[in-house]
Amino acid sequence: MAYVGDATTDFVPPAEVGEVELYHAKSFITKYVFSQDAKTIAFQYVGTALAIGVVGLTMSGLMRLQLGFPTNGIIDPAEYLMLFSMHGMIMVIFLLTALFLGGFGNYLIPLMVGARDMAFPFVNMMSYWIYLVSVLVLLSSFYVEGGPTGAGWTLYPPQSIMSGTPGSGMGISLMLTALVLFVIGFTMGGLNYAVTVLQCRTRGMTMMRLPLSCWGIFCATILALFGFPALLVGGFMMLLDRMIGTSFFMPVILEFGEYLSYDGGSPIMFQHLFWFFGHPEVYIVALPAFGIVSDIISIHARKVIFGYRMMVWCIVGIGAVSFVVWAHHMYVSGMNPWFGFLFASTTLVIAIPTALKIYNWLLTLWKGNIQLTTPMLYALGFIVQFVNGGITGLFCGNTALDIPISDTMFVVGHFHLAMGLAPLLVVFGSVHHWYPLMTGRFLDATLGKIHFWITFIGTYALFFPQHYIGFNGVPRRYFDIGGTNHIVESTLSVRQFISVITWIVLAAQLLFIYNIFKSYSSGKIAGKNPWKANSLEWQTATVPPGHGNFPEEMPLVYRWPYDFSVPGVKDDYIPQNLHPDEVVMESGGKA
Amino acid sequence: MTWFIIFLTGVLGVAFHLWALEAGWWWTPIASNWTFIDTADYVTFWITGVGMTLVIFFEAYCIYRFPYKGEGSKSEQYNPESVKLETFLFFSTTSLVVAMLLPGLFAWGDFVSPPEDAKQVEVVSEQWTWSYRFPGKDGEFGTTNPRKWSDENPFGIDPDDPKGKDDILVEDTELHLPIDVAYIVSSRSKDVLHNFSVTQFRAKTDAVPGMVTSWWFTPTKIGEFNVMCFELCGVGHHTMRGMVVIEEESAFQAWLQKQPTFKQSMADAGTDAEDGENIVLSEASAESAEKGIAQ
Repeated sequence: MAYVGDATTDFVPPAEVGEVELYHAKSFITKYVFSQDAKTIAFQYVGTALAIGVVGLTMSGLMRLQLGFPTNGIIDPAEYLMLFSMHGMIMVIFLLTALFLGGFGNYLIPLMVGARDMAFPFVNMMSYWIYLVSVLVLLSSFYVEGGPTGAGWTLYPPQSIMSGTPGSGMGISLMLTALVLFVIGFTMGGLNYAVTVLQCRTRGMTMMRLPLSCWGIFCATILALFGFPALLVGGFMMLLDRMIGTSFFMPVILEFGEYLSYDGGSPIMFQHLFWFFGHPEVYIVALPAFGIVSDIISIHARKVIFGYRMMVWCIVGIGAVSFVVWAHHMYVSGMNPWFGFLFASTTLVIAIPTALKIYNWLLTLWKGNIQLTTPMLYALGFIVQFVNGGITGLFCGNTALDIPISDTMFVVGHFHLAMGLAPLLVVFGSVHHWYPLMTGRFLDATLGKIHFWITFIGTYALFFPQHYIGFNGVPRRYFDIGGTNHIVESTLSVRQFISVITWIVLAAQLLFIYNIFKSYSSGKIAGKNPWKANSLEWQTATVPPGHGNFPEEMPLVYRWPYDFSVPGVKDDYIPQNLHPDEVVMESGGKA
Repeated sequence: MTWFIIFLTGVLGVAFHLWALEAGWWWTPIASNWTFIDTADYVTFWITGVGMTLVIFFEAYCIYRFPYKGEGSKSEQYNPESVKLETFLFFSTTSLVVAMLLPGLFAWGDFVSPPEDAKQVEVVSEQWTWSYRFPGKDGEFGTTNPRKWSDENPFGIDPDDPKGKDDILVEDTELHLPIDVAYIVSSRSKDVLHNFSVTQFRAKTDAVPGMVTSWWFTPTKIGEFNVMCFELCGVGHHTMRGMVVIEEESAFQAWLQKQPTFKQSMADAGTDAEDGENIVLSEASAESAEKGIAQ
């Protein structure tokens, strides 16, 4: 018999510590506003992240207006720079990171590991409010003189703090302040997620019985706790350069012919700090998506996840290696070119555990009992887009191959599929999957499926051709490509096609938002554990789970969460907390 | 239905590839010695392309072949792991990754080792234009100093260094180079990051203020090639263009003779203070860039 989780047993170790009394809210304000309940904090995170995400998405629509129709005369070059810079930062940090860790992390971790709440609820509450302030600081940069920064989401100095770049005054200062605040707020949340997984698991819940969603969010949190400090330091140093004239990143330099007072700094040092955070950031977004998608596929294919231990170690391995690949973003930066050998090798090595995860998802489908529910559709779509985004990374990661395509549209296609759209499809899938738990009702499946097909086909049609025009030499971050003798004229028609598709996809997102509101009051009643899942969040006494998650006794865990379609057992699922004596066999008797 | 659309995604992906090839949305014809980079790119393209297609078709097949069989049914298989299969997948993936990595590393080995007889040319970048410098008769560049930039000395050359006197200065965005001669291209920047890039040469490196960066190549085709800036450098980034003209050695020498040396240029300073701004784009675009700067 093959390995099963941490094999089923009726032995549950005794509690190591007694119950700790939770904080109980006494007023509306402490219950719904300054709430210390992880589930309420999760909703606050998700609401804020989606709101700022809508701003970021709208910006991509405006950007495409310029890219598809460069002579429209509506957007000027400075505005175009601001659009893509703010779009990138909003989507990567303020939407995706906040959504996966602050949103899903807060909601799922305590429920999945079997805890009443996070380890430090007060700090958890602070985390959200600091995040909210950082979002407001970021938004305020739209209203200051000079507008928000237009330095690209990478904020490379020296240009980010020099006058040839829009928003080099207050814009960049507010952006850096927002990032510093975000990191502070995140650290408060992150410590919670990590400590809760390590210390607050219920009896019987070993690490090797954690659902992969938990593993993904847990490892992403560890990455973030190690990676974000580099961004914090880089942000502080650039603020000092900008505000009080230090020269961390600024060498002797001219600004339109006039010497500035800087001397001796190195612009490349910022790039190292930025990418030491920036590359793990890709996995901070991707690992939770990997974990969640594994759970969705296993549950909706009614089949044990293939290679659980491999999946766990791949997540851990990807997380570890992701700290030694950062300079693959800097092959053309002017750093010592000999670094290229090391970073190309580590980067391609990371492709191996990633590929193994993809095989395991596919092998989970093999001989399954595949239910094409809405969450499953998003998970299946995720595989297609993520594989595409992943393999194009093999071009970008291999030094010599990256040199010609660096800073072309190829890179834009690559990272949007890998870390933009693929994780976003998982977000949509997860909302469909856990909405019944959060509200007691299903999201409307028809609307959901229409939304899925438009988003999946639309975004794929949108980003796939970008790789090809990138080969052709179409650069990214160009306001207007104008005339050249090597870029094929007809790439303009491709860019127009992409723009039109973008607007269709953007419009389709309204369906999703409408669905969330409509189903809240009139969706089909889901009842308890509607997907017949095994993990603990579905085993709560009430739906949605109340304050303290598990009202009376904490659940005891006897097995891993992937016992689907076990031979000889009557049902096709066995919840983690079902005592082995209670399992009903096909013969009708109990085990 | 779902399996069919996923299947179609694979088919359309392959079809789009053929269409792109036909339409020319593909690598530009190479004009330098870096054919090995292109070869490595093609190797990766085909390995990943076949892998991608297999994954999509396998997924579509699973959805088609193993649909939900209704209430009370179960999956046909319960297989938490298979050491044999996982080992096989691990080693086959690893060997494919090595097959993609190795050509890349060999190409990179060449990239970081310029030939001994390579000649020198320098690109000086500033918002938003290029100028160029050749080392002159002595074959060596004069020392530069970032504190010496001025209107009279737009290349920041140290006037006291005798090696700099014969340096040839090109205050124009058009650069001429002879065919089949290896050149090391050094880059300096007066202000922010820039990147002097010609798509057909396949090679580039950022220009970074405060340091000198370099790369090398051998042009292999006669013709005119567009230079574009490939590192975001502010509001005029898209207007930062230039031209590289690759020609026979004789034509190149004739062009080079017309360019002033540093010594001549210092002597002329003051009488000709025109800056070398040369914007290739339409006037409308340049105007809008200026409007952006003014904001």
